Amino acid sequence: MAMDTRKCVGCSDCVVACQTENNVPLGFCRDWIVESVKGTYPDTVQMHFKSERCMHCENTPCVRTCPTGASHVIEGGIVKVTPNECIGCGACIESCPYDARYVHPEGYVDKCTFCDHRIAQGMNTACVDVCPTSCLIFGDLDDPKSPVSKVLQEKDWYVIAPEAGTQPQLYFLK
Amino acid sequence: MEEIINVSGRSVPHIYPHLEIWGTPIALYLFFGGLAAGLLFFASFFYLKGKADTMPMTVKVAPIIAPIIIVLGLMLLLYDLHHILYFWQLFLNFRIESPMSWGAWTLSVIMIPAILWPLSYLDDIIEYLKENKPNCRMIGLFSWANDLMKKLPVVPWVLDVFIKNRAIVAYVTIFLSIVLGVYTGILLSAFNARPLWNTAILGPLFLTSGVSTAAALLMWMSNNPKERTLYSKIDLMLIAIELFFIIHMFMGMLSSGVAQVEAAQLLLGGPYTVVFWVFIVGLGLVLPAILEIMELRGFHIPIAIPAFLILMGGLLFRFIMVYAGQASGFGIH
Repeated sequence: MAMDTRKCVGCSDCVVACQTENNVPLGFCRDWIVESVKGTYPDTVQMHFKSERCMHCENTPCVRTCPTGASHVIEGGIVKVTPNECIGCGACIESCPYDARYVHPEGYVDKCTFCDHRIAQGMNTACVDVCPTSCLIFGDLDDPKSPVSKVLQEKDWYVIAPEAGTQPQLYFLK
Repeated sequence: MEEIINVSGRSVPHIYPHLEIWGTPIALYLFFGGLAAGLLFFASFFYLKGKADTMPMTVKVAPIIAPIIIVLGLMLLLYDLHHILYFWQLFLNFRIESPMSWGAWTLSVIMIPAILWPLSYLDDIIEYLKENKPNCRMIGLFSWANDLMKKLPVVPWVLDVFIKNRAIVAYVTIFLSIVLGVYTGILLSAFNARPLWNTAILGPLFLTSGVSTAAALLMWMSNNPKERTLYSKIDLMLIAIELFFIIHMFMGMLSSGVAQVEAAQLLLGGPYTVVFWVFIVGLGLVLPAILEIMELRGFHIPIAIPAFLILMGGLLFRFIMVYAGQASGFGIH
């Protein structure tokens, strides 16, 4: 997934769409908005928004530290949790540099699934579909012709905390 | 200087603004794990040295604490699980990459010698208590358990086999206790996302700290002056190793990436500085070391004081590491 920080207005529609689509319990969220203010007033103040969620890393500490194998990677690279294998120990939460996971009130650990139930039907994720400024671009990064691959070839991008070494797969366009 | 201020729209409990998934139960569990590992280590080690009769407290009596605190630790661990009814998944899977997984297995395996070791010495424990603490209420309970055990099927036979092969068991227990002691540190150090924990020295550091708390407890419980002096010396050595490891931990972190430098700052000027340097290093390591040196030089100091300080220092150390570790991160918020 790619996310255009210049288009995002921080409306939080993606957050609400995800909560509705995935029945996220009240008070929790699988994706969230981060507002960054940079520069010195009054000359160079800049503000930009990021829509963040699980980075679906290639090198997954959350899968490595899981004692039961509940945390796993499905075909295509999406990181998921199997609720009835999860013991709720919190190891994956501790191991995530992005704090993308939380404990569901029912006890298991929950996180962004990239709406794999929608993807399987050929749809986009709920957050992508709802975004009013179309700043989220979803697709297969292994396919050089997918919209997300193309935009990453054309534009300048960065990832958050690459030094954590997890190879995050959520790219932010500059 | 140009600064970036990030404001997160996320407000998930226990995650934001501070990660607090692990707390008191985990800190206590790590403390009990380290203490049990140390007690079993000393019992097996001095048994193999042929000191079973000259150091009865270490080899015969004190190990009875080990299974009790291991069970207590396991109960705390289970209590901390959010999906507790699925805890059995832990024992259907073995994942070598996950310290939590092999730690849970180690803890379960070490339960076998930890329970059988004191049971096989129950006669000696009762005798020891009668000699030294004739008013102890536990004598009745132990005698009852001892009589019951002898009437049960299989149990006497198992204990017989255990006693005959005690030397082999002792070697295995030494190995397992070291694994357990190291595991209490590795459990934390496996998390790349928490820079304060993410240092390989945490394993040896927690092992040393755990063994030193066990030595302090044995020193406190023993009534044999020779045994006490020996543990005073052992504790002094372990305190020196611990200080050496702590200095190395900071040296490694301060010369590492920015995330680890910031993590070290939590203990070097940050919110955890006073607790760490005054209560853990000062009162938990340096002061007991000074008291023990004075004791060995012939001053009379009640043994309970350094022993208590070391135990409290070990406990606080685990609390601080658990909480400060979760406050460290890659500064993404």
